[in-house]
Amino acid sequence: MTIQPLLSVKDIRKTYGGRIGCTDVSFDLYPGEVMGIVGESGSGKSTLLNCMAGHLPPDSGQVLFDTRDRGMVDTLTMSEPERRMLSRTDWAFVHQHARDGLRMGVSAGGNVGERLMAVGARHYGNIRTQAIDWLDRVEINEDRVDDKPSAFSGGMQQRLQIARNLVTGPRLVFMDEPTGGLDVSVQARLLDLLRGLVREMGLSAIIVTHDLAVVRLLADRLMVMKSGHVVEHGLTDQVLDDPQHAYTQLLVSSVLQV
Amino acid sequence: MSDYNFAYLDEQTKRMIRRAILKGIAVPGYQVPFASREMPMPYGWGTGGVQVSAACLMPEDTLKVIDQGADDTTNAVSIRKFFEKTAEIAVTEKTREATVIQTRHRIPEEPLKEGQILVYQVPIPEPLRFLEPRETETRKMHALEEYGLMHVKLYEDIAKHGHIATSYAYPVKVEGHYVMDPSPIPKFDNPKMEMAAIQLFGAGREQRIYAVPPYTKVVSLDFEDHPFDPSKANHPCDLCGAEHTYLDEVIIDDDGGRMFVCSDTDYCAERQAMGHRGRLSPEAAE
Repeated sequence: MTIQPLLSVKDIRKTYGGRIGCTDVSFDLYPGEVMGIVGESGSGKSTLLNCMAGHLPPDSGQVLFDTRDRGMVDTLTMSEPERRMLSRTDWAFVHQHARDGLRMGVSAGGNVGERLMAVGARHYGNIRTQAIDWLDRVEINEDRVDDKPSAFSGGMQQRLQIARNLVTGPRLVFMDEPTGGLDVSVQARLLDLLRGLVREMGLSAIIVTHDLAVVRLLADRLMVMKSGHVVEHGLTDQVLDDPQHAYTQLLVSSVLQV
Repeated sequence: MSDYNFAYLDEQTKRMIRRAILKGIAVPGYQVPFASREMPMPYGWGTGGVQVSAACLMPEDTLKVIDQGADDTTNAVSIRKFFEKTAEIAVTEKTREATVIQTRHRIPEEPLKEGQILVYQVPIPEPLRFLEPRETETRKMHALEEYGLMHVKLYEDIAKHGHIATSYAYPVKVEGHYVMDPSPIPKFDNPKMEMAAIQLFGAGREQRIYAVPPYTKVVSLDFEDHPFDPSKANHPCDLCGAEHTYLDEVIIDDDGGRMFVCSDTDYCAERQAMGHRGRLSPEAAE
């Protein structure tokens, strides 16, 4: 029996005028799989992520997603209401900066509850119970539920953003440098938490990062990008321990050993 | 004849506003953009309402203007005078006799009839404004009926105050589609919006007109476990004894003395003329 991929990306290409954002990117993502995309700044990894998540229209290519009701559908040709519905039910997007993904003027509970209300929850008690449950799962104390995110530390904001995204039980999570801007000990706890949640919920995820430690911990498979092209891909450990492409070798050897 | 064109605005402008009004009535609750004109009064004093009224008025109309329910406050008096001067139409304080009623922040207590037009002055027409600052995004949200955010506001209310503390400009869903800001009327007035008269909303500074046609379904948003409650001060009117009207609280001395009076002055005066008396009525006080 063959497993149906959850997401299938075919020949994505995006240019900014004459410059290439990313080109010739194709891969399949299977249910429960975590894919890492690494590369230096300007290598096109964020462009690629935004193209896949529907934030940027690519110039050509297909992004097929295994929807619950219609099977594999190209999300780029989907109608906008359908795509927006998808992005608040089956998809989630974790931004690098928590304040891009949170409503800073709304309490933590309201932030988590927003996605529930967006899909039709209209019972205050239930929304609140679920919000508190999720805050607990991302290790935010229940008594902070009515505080605004601006009163939270950077690490807590990032965890709140994750809770807000996962509350509707998405099947696919896009993450753009989820640990960027956090200090190492907070990073470690966040990674631990993410790893737990991904395994527990059987999530598929695409993680864009320049931090090789992050992909080593989280990703099953790895894609290395340079100047808009995928230069190498394979199992994470394989790519990191036995890099074939010159750029990957450079990248792996650039990591400081403490 | 005065030196103004009838009802101040030129005919082309009135035509443009009428087209916006018709579109608004055809799509209940939808905010129609219009080219709002500079009016001889500051923004926030009802420039939108005045333009809508001007486009609706005909020489045989009778106009009533209320401000927070009262016929005798500055805003109401000056707008009434404005149309007396520029349109030379009849004016009245009686809700029953008026054909066009311009209002700020209230719906008259007396039920309106078919053939009457209620014009609201609206400061901020976009109910999602303080939740989502981008106009492109709010328009999209209206088009796609993505109103989860509106409930986030109500959620925040309950989380902070234990109940839905929004007491005016309480968001409503019109005819099962558009969520609309009913202008800052008290939520006590929300149930009255399913009425026989035409309701027009004009926002001058924000350049939007919207409308609720007669007998349109208007539902106030709420949660299943926190249902909508059209509350008012729990007192009878101190002048006319009415227990079913929206009341203003008035401080009357330095010792914490206060009285509650109907905010609808016409309704209250009429009840007093019929012999109803309240706690502080002149006769009762003796």
